[in-house]
Formats: sequence, C-alpha cells, structure tokens
Amino acid sequence: MERIPTREEVYEALCMRHTSEVQQKLSAGHVAIAGLGGLGSTVAVALSRAGIGHLHLIDFDRVDLSNLNRQQYRIKDLGRYKTEALQEIIMEINPYLEIKTDTVKITAENAKQLFTGESIICEAFDQAVEKAMLTDVFFEELSREKILVAASGMAGAATSNLIRTRKINSRFYLCGDETAGLESGHSLMAPRVGVCAAHEANMILRLLIGETEA
Amino acid sequence: MTIEVNGRSEQFSEEISLSGFVKAKGYDLTKIAVELNGAIIPKSQYACCVLKEQDTLEIVTFVGGG
Repeated sequence: MERIPTREEVYEALCMRHTSEVQQKLSAGHVAIAGLGGLGSTVAVALSRAGIGHLHLIDFDRVDLSNLNRQQYRIKDLGRYKTEALQEIIMEINPYLEIKTDTVKITAENAKQLFTGESIICEAFDQAVEKAMLTDVFFEELSREKILVAASGMAGAATSNLIRTRKINSRFYLCGDETAGLESGHSLMAPRVGVCAAHEANMILRLLIGETEA
Repeated sequence: MTIEVNGRSEQFSEEISLSGFVKAKGYDLTKIAVELNGAIIPKSQYACCVLKEQDTLEIVTFVGGG
C-alpha cells in the first residue's frame, strides 16, 4: 500500500478540485446525520468525499445482511454498529475529518441535546413517524439558526426525475418524491434511495457554500 | 372562512383550530408536519392555534423509507 497522504496533501487535492474558497467553507462545515441507513450512510460518504470537516453520525442499530442492498456497508461490517462501521469507511476516504458518533436511538427527549454542535441536521430515518417526530422536535426546541434537510418518498423504481428538493421554508428542505413510501408496498433499492440521498447531500453542500435555494 | 390547504381553497362555516382541522381531515398526526403561513407549527401548539380567514396551510405527510 502507498503511504497515507498527509492532512495538507488531502486538503490541497480537495482545493484543486473544488477551489480553495469553496473548500474552506466545506472544511468548516458541521453536519449531523440522523439515521445511518440507505440515506444516511450515502449522505455521509458524499459529504466525506467533499471534505465536510465535521460530521456527527447517529444511529442505534447494527449492520444486517438485509441492509447491503442499498447501504454503504460491507460484508465485513455485518453485526457491527453502523456508527462504527461508517466511521471506518469515512476514515478510509479522508482520515482527517472530525467524526463524532452517538450509538443511541434518537427520541423527542434526547434530540435537543444531541444536536447542539451542528448547524445543519440531515434527517435520514426509515420510518415516517420518526421523520415527523424529528421535524416536530426541530421546530419546537432547536435553535432558529439551525437548518433541517429531510427526505420523504424514494421507494421503488419509478423515474428518478420525480425526486426533487423542495424548500418548505428558510429552515426546512424536503427531498424525495413525497409519495413512494414503504406503505405503498414498494421496496427500497440502492439507485433511487441514492438519488434521494444525493439530493440531501447536495442541498447540505449548497447551504454550506451559501446557496439557499433548493 | 376560506383558507388555502396545499394550494387549494377550502371553506369552513365556523371557527376551527389546527387540531380540529387535522382531525376532521383524517390526517395521521404522527406522520405529518404542518406549515401555517410559512412557519412549521409544533404539535404542542395545534390545539391553541385557531385558523383565520386567508390562512395558508401546507400539510407535509411523510412516507416511510430511508
């Protein structure tokens, strides 16, 4: 194996790709990812490749074989906590990012305390009830400076073009087709979940560089 | 009283709270977020939030998958 590049070399390579003006903003970014399944693990990998400096990964669950159809984990991760496995994947992409993990179930009670350090929160849960719960806590209890990027509707294999990013208000962006859910009997597959995750990741990146339109 | 709900006009003959509205329309409270005139209203405020003429409501119904 080649030697591991230094922090400066990695940063310089990112600046070459993204320009140093953009990279400075991305490296200063603090983003929390709530749920590390098909959405969250994919958002985390995209943001890591873009060199977002500080990621907070939160999930209580362990990697299961049934996750591998769409989540970023590998056979060797089976049985491990998603937080630990994803942190390892990210460290292999960019070992100089600051990764914080919390292996807990996010609830209405602990959410406020969990998200104190980040300006952007990515909702990446599986269940509709959990998505609504986090949205409610976000607007009830979290600082008005924070922004929520959420997702709803990405199941099945309908056209990718139905998936969009919608700005609901200045603190709330929603990605997805808003209709194709597990409830409708569709299954979740890597490409369409990935499209939706990429919408979330791109909106987060846009916010970090000062773009606020969807 | 006329209010706009997800882009469509709806008429109400008497005063109604946000809580009364979502119940009357059969929404599952555990899966929605409600925006009233541009601001998301936390669920704890649904009961005391009374809808007014020309209010604009948007109900976001989350679906599962992630």
